[in-house]
Amino acid sequence: MSETRDTRLPFSLEPVLVGLLFGSIGLFGVIYGIGEWAPELASRHGAGIDTMMTYLMVTTGAMFLTGHLAMALFIWQGSRRTRISHRLASPRFEKRLSIALGVLMAVVAEGGVVAIGLPVWNEYFMAEAPPDAVTVEVVGQQFFWSVRYPGADGEFGATDIQLMDDVVNPIGLDRSDPVAVDDIVWLNEIYVPVNRPVRVVLRSKDMIHSFFLPHLRVKQDVIPGMVPEVVFVPTREGTFELACAELCGLGHYRMQGFFHVVSDAEFTSQLERLASEQ
Amino acid sequence: MSEAHDPGFVRRYIFSTDHKIIGIQYILTGLVMGLVGGLLAVLIRIQLGWPTAQWELLETLMPRGYPSGFMAPEFYISVVTMHGTIMVFFFISYVLVSGFGNYLVPLQVGAKDMAYPLLNMLSYWFALLSAVVMMASFLVEGGAAAAGWTAYPPLSAIASAVPGSGLGQSIWLVSMAIFIASFTMSGLNVVATIFTMRAPGMTMMRLPLTIWSYFIAAILGLLAFPPLTAAAVLLLFDRHLGTSFFLPSGLVVAGQPLSFQGGSPLLWQHLFWFLGHPEVYVLILPALGIVGDVVPAFTRKPVFGYRLNVYSLIAVGVLSMVVWGHHMFVSGMSPFTGEYFTLATMLITIPMTVYGVNLVASLFGGRMRLATPMLFSLAAVALFGSGGFGGLFLGNATADMQLHDTYFVVGHFHFMIGGVTLMGTFAALYFWFPKMFGRSMHEGFGKLHFWGTFAPFFMVFFGQHFLGLQGMPRRYYAFNTYEYLEGTAGQNTMLSVIVMVLVAAQFVFMVNFLWSLFKGQPAEANPWAATTLEWTVASPPPHGNFGDTLPAVHRWAYEYSPESTGEDFAPQTAGPNDAPITA
Repeated sequence: MSETRDTRLPFSLEPVLVGLLFGSIGLFGVIYGIGEWAPELASRHGAGIDTMMTYLMVTTGAMFLTGHLAMALFIWQGSRRTRISHRLASPRFEKRLSIALGVLMAVVAEGGVVAIGLPVWNEYFMAEAPPDAVTVEVVGQQFFWSVRYPGADGEFGATDIQLMDDVVNPIGLDRSDPVAVDDIVWLNEIYVPVNRPVRVVLRSKDMIHSFFLPHLRVKQDVIPGMVPEVVFVPTREGTFELACAELCGLGHYRMQGFFHVVSDAEFTSQLERLASEQ
Repeated sequence: MSEAHDPGFVRRYIFSTDHKIIGIQYILTGLVMGLVGGLLAVLIRIQLGWPTAQWELLETLMPRGYPSGFMAPEFYISVVTMHGTIMVFFFISYVLVSGFGNYLVPLQVGAKDMAYPLLNMLSYWFALLSAVVMMASFLVEGGAAAAGWTAYPPLSAIASAVPGSGLGQSIWLVSMAIFIASFTMSGLNVVATIFTMRAPGMTMMRLPLTIWSYFIAAILGLLAFPPLTAAAVLLLFDRHLGTSFFLPSGLVVAGQPLSFQGGSPLLWQHLFWFLGHPEVYVLILPALGIVGDVVPAFTRKPVFGYRLNVYSLIAVGVLSMVVWGHHMFVSGMSPFTGEYFTLATMLITIPMTVYGVNLVASLFGGRMRLATPMLFSLAAVALFGSGGFGGLFLGNATADMQLHDTYFVVGHFHFMIGGVTLMGTFAALYFWFPKMFGRSMHEGFGKLHFWGTFAPFFMVFFGQHFLGLQGMPRRYYAFNTYEYLEGTAGQNTMLSVIVMVLVAAQFVFMVNFLWSLFKGQPAEANPWAATTLEWTVASPPPHGNFGDTLPAVHRWAYEYSPESTGEDFAPQTAGPNDAPITA
């Protein structure tokens, strides 16, 4: 088709640069997308979340690359034409393309959710704490976390607003309650044994806080007046940082805690040490 | 129209009921607010890029925000809150939605003015009042609101929670209520004008996509905004009259037990996001509509799949009302609702993909001219696709458990309601500037502005997605105490440097805008050889737009390169004998 060739405009630099700009975005995305970014995993259900993420990275990455390369190509080709090569697609083609896109996105987006996402979501939220689970209560306030273990009786003692004192008794534990006698209260440091289910009971005294353990793929907002619980299994020993993930005031950024995942033996000895310091 | 009657400068340019003047008033107000919002972003990025540096100049300028030259944490969250509020409600809403909406709707449907010109004027003055009230909050004791643009109680409800929750937060709520009143007025006007004042022959399926997008956006605004007005009033009651709509019993703030009982902070989140989610579509749909009309003018071929695009816009509008809960997956609401909101949110990707792919398909086979409006339209398409893919991560409850309230969210919404709208706004400004002011903007500076805006913008907010994947929480004043975030320090500094380039490029735009206003090349009636009705009248159009007779419309808005004629395009007013009618 020498005819179309003759109607091409001469080479010019700008369309090349603009085409390269959009094309390189696609490549840029792929280079970033294949990197490892998430903090190293340390929980059982987190593997499912990571699978969900990988699935999304691969599917959206492919579409991201295709889309930008198509744009780059169309820009480059279109800038050299003196007249259009296609005016209107047939209504049937338009309809078919839309149906194909609808099916593609239904499979990629809804399919991914149904096949990978919701089972993980259910496993995490519908989990009943098994009898051997370690229970710990974490109470957020501006700008620290109080940590409480129920002690040998396995039950949390009563608390009372009137007894609250940020220095000596932040959660207002009523030591006259017989159940409260063996409760262990501590600040910002949480100890749990590795490979055993942990049940974290969350409360907030003042603002909305959010219990975020990036390595364990755990995040739960703590709205005052509600007592959400999360159950999960740490799978790796180490000290992992706890961050607040909901704006709670000027000290939001320093509401830091530490989540120590330790062996069974060390867990027992740490709790004994904390109990002796009550 | 009696030309003999001169209303005088004040009635013509200040207290005008002419939709074109009101549109320009909205645009100028919005641009000024955008400058303020942009400067606040600079303060945010300075803090995040160099968290330990001391700034004597900033201390001199803002002694309260920078004691001893270091940014105060409470000032930082005030700045974050106001940056978000101003950009969403006072920049994009004013320039893109109200500004161009006012300017374009009557012109493109072929009406002499809006349906209710006086209401239109009132809506602008309410809008200006709301902006002034919001800005005043910087000056009060405790500073501006600091509970985030989402204003979640209890932080926003209790004065002792954070300095900004003093008078600043009350002013924020009052300003919001005025804003919504104004937005409701202008939304009513847009819907009424499009329904009742279309020129003869302008059927609904001949409307340009721009008008369709304003139509859907206005309906969404009317349905979704009033609940936040109610919520703002209730929160003011909680703050000042001792009610407990959003506050539970047992609160102890700063060591003081409070006497609230029986309310729920979760209720605010539902009311806020019932507005908040449709709001992002109110902002983004006009940008997508405008891009859908600008692209054909620079590829000289019809937009791909016009009817399906219209259906997609309608479907998105409907779905956007029923997905607000995807902002609240980890809030503690029932996990079953989380499942519903995930499935519903994923449905939105279907019409949005159809629209986005149709925009890319509109480029195929075209004769492309890379003028500035086209470059910004291409940028909007790229950001729309990229942001949409990020949306798949966040709308999916399972992935959102990790990503919620991290920089992934910040990157995502800056691509969508930040980027698509910003690029759409610039495309619209460069495209319609000749029509508005009778002069053209400088093309060379326009292209410089494009390169200085799109490339840095993409890098910054693309990078923020990956900060979020590393688990970096948003709204943090500093990250230096967290060991797992050590690696982000260098990335943050780099992003801050790129933001400075981005901001510097906006001064190119400002200079170009002001210079072109007075010294730009005089523009003809139809400099882009476009088809819609506003290009059939002089630049700028006279009062009353079309003179004594309304234009007769014979075809759709995409009659580019019509078949079997030598013509390059046929305007919507061209009769059946001038060119075959496609639709």
